[in-house]
Amino acid sequence: MRLVYEFGQAALAAGLLLGCLLGGAFAASAEKGKTAYIQHGCWQCHGIEAQGGVTGPKLAPDPIPIETFTAFVRTTNRAMPPYSEAILSNDDLADIHAYLQTIPKPADYKNIPLLNQ
Amino acid sequence: MTRKHPRPEVSRRKFLAGVAVAGAASAVTPPAASAATTAGTASAPPRRPSALPPTMRVAVAETATPKELPRIGGVPGSDFMVDVIKTLDIKYLPSNPASSFRAIHESLINYGGNKMPEFLTCAHEESAVGMAHGYFKVAGKPLMTLCHGTVGLQHAAMAVYNAWCDRVPVIIVGGNDLDAAHRPPGVPTIHSAQDINALVRDFTKWDDTPVSLQHFAQSFVRAYKIAMTPPYGPVAISLDAGLQQEPMRNGEKLYIPRYVPTSPPQGDTGAVKEAARLLANAQNPVIVADRAARSENGVRLLVELAEILQAQVIDQGGRMNFPNTHYLRRPPTAVGNADVILGLELTDFWATVNAYIDNGEHGLGINTSRIKPETKLISINASELLTKANYQDFQRFQSVDVSMAADAEATLPALIEAVKAAIPADRKAAIEKRGEAARKAFAEAHERTKQAAALAWDASPVSTARLVMETWAQIKDLDWSLVASSGNVSNWPRRLWPMQKYYHWLGASGGYGVGYGAPASVGAALANRDLGRFSVSIQSDGDLMYAPGVLWTAARHKIPLLAVMHNNRGYHQEVMHVQRLSNFRNRVASLGGDMGPIGTSIENPDIEYHKLAESMGWWAKGPIKDPAQLAAVIKEAVAVVKSGQPALVNVWTQPR
Repeated sequence: MRLVYEFGQAALAAGLLLGCLLGGAFAASAEKGKTAYIQHGCWQCHGIEAQGGVTGPKLAPDPIPIETFTAFVRTTNRAMPPYSEAILSNDDLADIHAYLQTIPKPADYKNIPLLNQ
Repeated sequence: MTRKHPRPEVSRRKFLAGVAVAGAASAVTPPAASAATTAGTASAPPRRPSALPPTMRVAVAETATPKELPRIGGVPGSDFMVDVIKTLDIKYLPSNPASSFRAIHESLINYGGNKMPEFLTCAHEESAVGMAHGYFKVAGKPLMTLCHGTVGLQHAAMAVYNAWCDRVPVIIVGGNDLDAAHRPPGVPTIHSAQDINALVRDFTKWDDTPVSLQHFAQSFVRAYKIAMTPPYGPVAISLDAGLQQEPMRNGEKLYIPRYVPTSPPQGDTGAVKEAARLLANAQNPVIVADRAARSENGVRLLVELAEILQAQVIDQGGRMNFPNTHYLRRPPTAVGNADVILGLELTDFWATVNAYIDNGEHGLGINTSRIKPETKLISINASELLTKANYQDFQRFQSVDVSMAADAEATLPALIEAVKAAIPADRKAAIEKRGEAARKAFAEAHERTKQAAALAWDASPVSTARLVMETWAQIKDLDWSLVASSGNVSNWPRRLWPMQKYYHWLGASGGYGVGYGAPASVGAALANRDLGRFSVSIQSDGDLMYAPGVLWTAARHKIPLLAVMHNNRGYHQEVMHVQRLSNFRNRVASLGGDMGPIGTSIENPDIEYHKLAESMGWWAKGPIKDPAQLAAVIKEAVAVVKSGQPALVNVWTQPR
């Protein structure tokens, strides 16, 4: 019951954030997002390029939609520790998401000789 | 050490003791007698005290530096000890030299000719035990080490704990000067202990303190035998300094017991039959192996069992149990669909079938089952014969349906025959079909793994997948052995390198005691050198800094090893731990100018590992930050290693 309540709160926050973004009150910056990604420790489990590893899944390319992203970051009760707004602002979170969107797709492994030996 | 029989020879101990006793006897004036007199028993003879303050002469005899001693006549006791050791074909003796075992040291190099064993100079006792640990995993034979008194054994202790947790035999012989009345004062006394083996008793299989040469012979052979009986483990012999130094008694008849290996414990026939019945009738049996294979034969047996059942196999990697190129190989999540799970030498059966999630909730975390409630569990695990109370390496308790306190590799032949006999004729088609599905799933998983490796392929710092595959490209045509992969490179070697032979992967530390990678790599490389194999390690930064002196040992003794560094510039596990706690407590993690939370980074200044290695006689290059430069540098390093020298490539890497 508590988990459902928390998720509801986060979804509300995500909706508000999305509303701000769509309303143009805040323009997310990929450049700031890259800095925030490092400062807030996202790189620790997900890699500096958000490529993922045994400690956390890949976040990019093709990050999940921002509302899902925000809801998860705020409420996760599983392997990832949650980030409340007190330690990671909505603006920083939106910037991080903007940064993740700029990370290009990797080459197909079939075109990387070392992965085809 | 008190002797039962007087010796005809003049020994250091008897000489000093004689001086002391003579001095005391001549100086006795019984002050206690005055007390007796005042009690009104004037006619009674004065009582003599049991001890008096020492005279100057006695004090000098007991505390001053001994004068030049007369040459000890006869055969040194430590020569006999060397004779005992030589019967067991122990090839090397990595050790940091020290006074408490000077007598046996002298006998080993002069009387024993520094062969079988050959003394290898180490800069730290932890390195010496770590080398023995790595050596055994390749050679299948134990090494012995000599440790100096209290401090030497304390240095060695963490590596002994690794060996204990990893079920690896190491023979630790510790010098100790027991005779409090006659040992040299000062430092040698500080370095002595009444029961020195107590330091490591909780994580050794057996220990002893022999008090005679014959006792030593029995104890050493017994120690070797116990260490080498599965479940393997370290043993400790405390070697009294006096026993080493004094000569054998004239006419003393000593013998060396013959070593006969003990056969490993095999599963009870009834339990094997029941396990076979469950496996043969399972819809989806899964085999989980951790330290199941003790040899190449163990791998062969596990493949045979898996193929008979067409059972999926999860290799937890304590050893190379099952080829990662085999279509039955599966990730840990495969337990979720199992109706029967066979666990072979699992370190942690509970965590194999349950999940623990550290979510900060009052420090309790979340515990959930990974398996269906009706899943039957079978365990074959020799570690059940080795459980002690204090250290908690036995993990959480997991109830199972069939439990065998037995060695997995020794039990597999009987289990294979029992399974063959138990498979009903009408199950054979279904089993065959299971294999077809497994081939498809394996191929798909392999594709996904390669695509995951392509992520951040050109990143700087270098991705761990790129690091691993650039290394692979340079060694794939050699008879290679991945001797250690310290830190964590997202398991890329075990996911991407084709591992088919037992020595392709040696497993991790056992006790998760950081600092294992460097010395174990050098020890394993020593064994591989003698077998003509090429040794490669993925060497992490934090691991190397615990005791980097082992680099010098490798260069000094010409041990060829390619160490490719996973230098992520942090104690990365701790980076994440502090971040997690900060989040749970709703506080911003304080970085203090580093990448990770304060106290977890290894930067500012960055350590130049290539220079560190070079200073100790290694060929080394770095830091490599551009992945495009890796191929040429690793190629150069491989050529150096093939010429017989160690080489290190310092690479700046992604965190995991």
